[in-house]
Amino acid sequence: MAELFELFITFFKIGLFTFGGGYAMISIIKDTCVQKKKWITDEEMVNMTVVAESTPGPIAINCSTYVGFKKKGISGAVASTLGVILPSFIIIFIISLFLDNFLEIKIVAGAFAGIKAAVGILIVDATLKMFKKLKKNTLTVILALAAFAALIVFDIFAIHVSSIVILVCAAIVALALSFVKKPGKAGEGK
Amino acid sequence: MIFLELLLGFLRVGFFAFGGAYAAIPFIREVVLSYGWLTDDMVTYIVAVSESTPGPVMVNMATYVGATKGGILGAAIATFAVVLPAFIIILLIMVIFKRLLNNRYFKAILSGLQPAIIGIIAATGVYMIYKNVFLTGKNASFGFSIKNALFTAVLASAFFAARKLGKKSVSPILLIVVSAVAGVFVYGL
Repeated sequence: MAELFELFITFFKIGLFTFGGGYAMISIIKDTCVQKKKWITDEEMVNMTVVAESTPGPIAINCSTYVGFKKKGISGAVASTLGVILPSFIIIFIISLFLDNFLEIKIVAGAFAGIKAAVGILIVDATLKMFKKLKKNTLTVILALAAFAALIVFDIFAIHVSSIVILVCAAIVALALSFVKKPGKAGEGK
Repeated sequence: MIFLELLLGFLRVGFFAFGGAYAAIPFIREVVLSYGWLTDDMVTYIVAVSESTPGPVMVNMATYVGATKGGILGAAIATFAVVLPAFIIILLIMVIFKRLLNNRYFKAILSGLQPAIIGIIAATGVYMIYKNVFLTGKNASFGFSIKNALFTAVLASAFFAARKLGKKSVSPILLIVVSAVAGVFVYGL
């Protein structure tokens, strides 16, 4: 029980002090779970980052589930995942109670009109960074551009096709090509 | 039945949001708009609020939508739903599919998903900017706003120039604060 509580509190603190989520969280989790608490080894940390990047969901959630499970099984996974979510849950819930009324104040509405411009810039900037890190070959570049073009066209002409359809198509194309390429690539083992 | 809709809607978001903090935004936007839970403007505001508060954007957005549509229970259900797929998948990988990550078919699928996600997020960002500049008419009909165009251009130039000159990236929160202060003077007075 004490161990579960420690997992919960530790991840509660991690959840409370990481703004924006994502990669900022990784260094804090590493610092806490590898150096201070010695819950996982350096190697496990690297492994975990790879797993987190290859699975859906925010990296912070993935990491907390992983560490919690390593330490204490299912109940540990629940305790640490709950811990990492709870701070933002409380904060956002409180904000949700008054944001609508808040937006009716003229100055606040003005501030949010400015923020609207910033959000678009931030998202485009984040994707530029992701694109830089992407392993580029003909396939990946074409898929990225095709997905981009398809969604823009859907948005502008108000065609209701879910972007999940785009994702599934991309996965099928990549999988199909991996079968075609099989004989030529001797280096790629099983 | 709002609770069931929240559960199903956010399970879908949680299951398809590969690729970190921003990956969930297109899917959340899609789900939230299709159910009519929030306006497009409100989605943009919540992204900004999420960026400026602790926690992953995806979880924050689920909590907000759940809270406004179904109170504390709605918030709990939406947050639970958005996290559940990630939680289960990590456990499955740790317990059963330890070798999944080295499987060549899994790798092939992932190599297709990653670039497509980047394209999808980029399209969402570009469309947000486009809408803010070109669709300012009534009910998001066509209407070019020179004020919004200039505002966006100046903000973007400042953002990228600051990074080039300072050799350090400007944090998202800083950009949001600057845009809010500028917004008060340009739009709020």
